[in-house]
Amino acid sequence: MDAVLAPLRRWPGQQPLLFLPLAAAAWFGLYQTLMPAADALVAALPVDHDSHLGAALQFFFYDTPKVLLLLTGIVFVMGMINSYFTPERTRALLAGRAEGAANVMAASLGIVTPFCSCSAVPLFIGFVQAGVPLGVTFSFLISAPMVNEVALTLLFAMFGWNVALLYLGLGLLVAIVAGWVIGRLRMEAYLEDWVRDMPHAVVAVGEDRLSLGERLDAGFVSVREIVGRVWPYIVGGIAIGAGIHGYVPQDFMASFMGKDAWWAVPLAVVIGVPMYSSAAGIIPIVQALLAKGAALGTVLAFMMSVIALSLPEMVILRKVLKMRLIATFVGVVATGILIVGYVFNAVL
Amino acid sequence: MKEIKVLGTGCCGNCSSTIALIEQVAQSKGVAVSLKKVEDLREVMSYGIMSTPGVVIDGKVVHAGGVPSRAKIEQWLVASTA
Repeated sequence: MDAVLAPLRRWPGQQPLLFLPLAAAAWFGLYQTLMPAADALVAALPVDHDSHLGAALQFFFYDTPKVLLLLTGIVFVMGMINSYFTPERTRALLAGRAEGAANVMAASLGIVTPFCSCSAVPLFIGFVQAGVPLGVTFSFLISAPMVNEVALTLLFAMFGWNVALLYLGLGLLVAIVAGWVIGRLRMEAYLEDWVRDMPHAVVAVGEDRLSLGERLDAGFVSVREIVGRVWPYIVGGIAIGAGIHGYVPQDFMASFMGKDAWWAVPLAVVIGVPMYSSAAGIIPIVQALLAKGAALGTVLAFMMSVIALSLPEMVILRKVLKMRLIATFVGVVATGILIVGYVFNAVL
Repeated sequence: MKEIKVLGTGCCGNCSSTIALIEQVAQSKGVAVSLKKVEDLREVMSYGIMSTPGVVIDGKVVHAGGVPSRAKIEQWLVASTA
């Protein structure tokens, strides 16, 4: 079996220019057939479509295949793009740059540099060691987990491109401004002593000339790692969202997550900060809340605070930052998110 | 015998998967290795890597970030016996 499959598995990496258009065509074909298939499936179900169960099932069967397919495609492409932006190269790009423009650059690079929260601390130290200013490092550290392809894909799939773009823009803005503020506060003294005492690293980026085939392989690895990890959360999130869609009465959320409740945004942030969930699990639930009358700004603020700030991350960061700097970091980012929530509710 | 260190802060499963995979490949290739997991942050950082897991063979960093592929591990081990 393996002898038959092995050449097949190697084929895409050897003929990337042939594989890419074929894969794209197959993907679009699948996407086109999946929606009618889900349609037919829901129609064939022996439940009343206007019933609670009917509404819940409809939501589940439409959104699960759509989200998973979109995610696979986008994660694959991002995996290839990521292979151009190693953390080492990002660091070299940022080292020695003046604050301001560098904050913008750091936040933007946070989108395309592969990032896992486990690597947050090594990255942090690596940046500081190479002379990247503290505030710029924070801009990167805020944007990298918050503005990621999984969150953006889910937002696009469930709310459309305008909300996805809005999230992208606001996420970047929070990362840029919060990083800049932290930089202005001059908190270098609140790094743990051993971090400050580390020898200054010489930044040299080795030329890594990967072939297109190797970048393709990087795409496959991303799909295996990211989609393989988040799909249960997505299915779980959509299932909960489906339950909310079917069973929670219309406008139920409007009373306490609506625009008129001024305290809703801060409450959403306070609940969201210690919570830890990937974007994958939270977005389908958020979509359902929105459908029941919650205000977009409140919901976005909740989502951002869940994704950007989390208790486990603080525990890891505590190894390199003193309490005061962690508190400042949480305070500044939470304030930024709060403002985003209010502005949204006021504008929309 | 090659001395292999896997660097990681032990938060996601990637570091353990890396160790398991290296063990597996070494066994199937019949290469003797001594595997060590390095979790102390200072020691991890002393190798100058920025993403974990990192792999160090006889004091040289050969990999950083993500679980290495089986083919890559085979390459390291074969090069070490030659």
